[in-house]
Amino acid sequence: MTDTPPDTGIPEPEGVSDVIETEYEIGQDNVEGSLGPIGFDIHNPVFAVSGMAIVAFVFYTLALPEQAGSLFSAMFDAVTKGFDWFFLGAANIFVIFCLLLIVTPMGSIRLGGSEATPDYTYMGWFAMLFAAGMGIGLVFYGVSEPMSHFSSSIGGISVGENGVRTDWAPLGGAEGDQEAAIRLGMAATIFHWGLHPWAIYAIVALALALFSYNKGLPLTVRSAFYPILGERVWGWPGHVIDILAVFATLFGLATSLGFGATQANAGLNELFGIPISDTTEVVLITAITAVALVSVLRGLDGGVKVLSEINMALALLLLVFVLLTGSTVAVLTGFFDYLWAYVEYLPALSNPVGREDVNFMQGWTSFYWAWWISWSPFVGMFIARVSRGRTVREFMICVLLIPSLVCVLWMSVFGGVAIHQVVQDGYTAAQEADLPLKLFKMLDELPLTGITSLVGIVLVIVFFVTSSDSGSLVIDTITAGGKVDAPVPQRVFWAIFEGAVAIVLLLSAGGLGSLQSMVISTGLPFTIVLLVMCVAIWKGLASERKA
Amino acid sequence: MFKKIMVPVDLAHKSSLSRSLELAAQLARENGATVWYVGVTSDAPGKLGHTPAEYAKKLEAFAASETETHGHQASSTAVVANDPAADLSAVLLKAAHEIEADLIVMATHGPAFTDRIWPSHGEQMARKFPGSIFLVRQDPIHPDERTAT
Repeated sequence: MTDTPPDTGIPEPEGVSDVIETEYEIGQDNVEGSLGPIGFDIHNPVFAVSGMAIVAFVFYTLALPEQAGSLFSAMFDAVTKGFDWFFLGAANIFVIFCLLLIVTPMGSIRLGGSEATPDYTYMGWFAMLFAAGMGIGLVFYGVSEPMSHFSSSIGGISVGENGVRTDWAPLGGAEGDQEAAIRLGMAATIFHWGLHPWAIYAIVALALALFSYNKGLPLTVRSAFYPILGERVWGWPGHVIDILAVFATLFGLATSLGFGATQANAGLNELFGIPISDTTEVVLITAITAVALVSVLRGLDGGVKVLSEINMALALLLLVFVLLTGSTVAVLTGFFDYLWAYVEYLPALSNPVGREDVNFMQGWTSFYWAWWISWSPFVGMFIARVSRGRTVREFMICVLLIPSLVCVLWMSVFGGVAIHQVVQDGYTAAQEADLPLKLFKMLDELPLTGITSLVGIVLVIVFFVTSSDSGSLVIDTITAGGKVDAPVPQRVFWAIFEGAVAIVLLLSAGGLGSLQSMVISTGLPFTIVLLVMCVAIWKGLASERKA
Repeated sequence: MFKKIMVPVDLAHKSSLSRSLELAAQLARENGATVWYVGVTSDAPGKLGHTPAEYAKKLEAFAASETETHGHQASSTAVVANDPAADLSAVLLKAAHEIEADLIVMATHGPAFTDRIWPSHGEQMARKFPGSIFLVRQDPIHPDERTAT
């Protein structure tokens, strides 16, 4: 006798979907066992290669920080100068591809089969998207990026002896024209946080969801390449794809953690006078990684989900507070003006060739695109896990447009208020401060500084914890061959090494620059992976039944 | 004494469950109780099924074969967890509550040092489940070994 009681969480029957018949059994290449009392279940060779490479990387950078620093700096120069057009061109292709999927009949295909129903409400879905997707970055760059572009734009352009521009202004700048500099600065910021990054995430998320939920393949990056590589995807070509995804994710995360640590340190210095030093940052990363480990042990529902909800509430409170106590009307009217400025400048900003604003294009845009691409396996897998039951069109509209609009609102409020302080009140502390400190200097000018600065630090720290926790889960899933129930100690291993990579890169000669160069270097091969993924998605969708 | 006995099962490691399965069946026969086999899966494709529905069918088949072997009343429930590795005990406790189980018979591994910082799922369940719980070690300890430990 068998029966099933109600409310077991089992989704409705899946309906029609084109399941791929493959000889491959999930977990067949895995090595299962235990080291003393600690169990493991890992993919061979993806775990072994990526794990050993990361451990070797950490020891090399620790042992030879000077040599490692100059190597990273050379890599950064080579990739940003030689491949800037490639990052920009690829990101444009991703946006166009996503928009195409919205308008074609393929948009009606449902993830999880024609009868699948969504697992999460819109609110729960968005909360997880933001906390995982851009958390620390939004806090770090919310004030500093609009302010930087505004300052460089108003400063105008300068050309060096070799005829190459030496300024950091986007496009042609806006020398001396305050109004134009604000619009250009905000447009450039929105460009980096709007459609392009979310298109990158959407592609990886769609590929993972489609090939996992509709085609029945393991939840790992290589599965998306089945239409192109066939059964070979389970061999070395697939191993390489998964290993690249692990590297990209790990260095993408480490960079965010590095930014988070420097900003938390700057905030603690501002509030409590705690010195800004390598030691403080190492202690911070270690302590926060320890908290992340507790969150890892508590699982998705007890750890990341709870922390994400707390952080969403805190972020919203801070946003509303800054909006109400800052220049409310100017910012609200600015929101629509900045959006329009973004549309206006979009063609020029996304142009990949023949640009004169090389510093802006290479130092900001290329770096951002590489950073988002390196985060894409991580955020993509997260989005995939929570997007089952939605149609491709609904998925694309929601993942592409709504988070973009919220990012625009965030940047308009934080950046708008900070710029307003300079333009209207002549308060230039935020403009003159270092990047990590700009947020706190802006908050200084508003009421309840002590409380809001503390909220800012807590936001950075909690985003740090959720990123580290969920990042470990994603890397663990990839290195366990797509199994989502591998033993938890493996996640602990990855969480510790994310922290370790962030520490050794911060301590190497280049500091934050080293983190950035590793992101951009691992982002480059993964960009190629993403381009091929678009072809695979198209092929995969073509065989699904349209509603 | 017991009416509903819940037995958490990991279909991927059936061989490590034999003692707990046998004991649960025996208790069910003696008490005229029903055994509920509860399996936890995720909504991502896994070794035991591409979808939760496919997994649920395998669990049903497992319950049917247990009934045939041991001759007791049985039901099965497949539960979906977002994070089956870390959320296991929380999800099982919720299932026990929904089933209204009065006894849980659960396989567990032997005591280890790491249990102090990282308790087993069985230990976590025993701490929180208000009813009775029977943790069954898969490897029997002989009296000689017991004195040694």
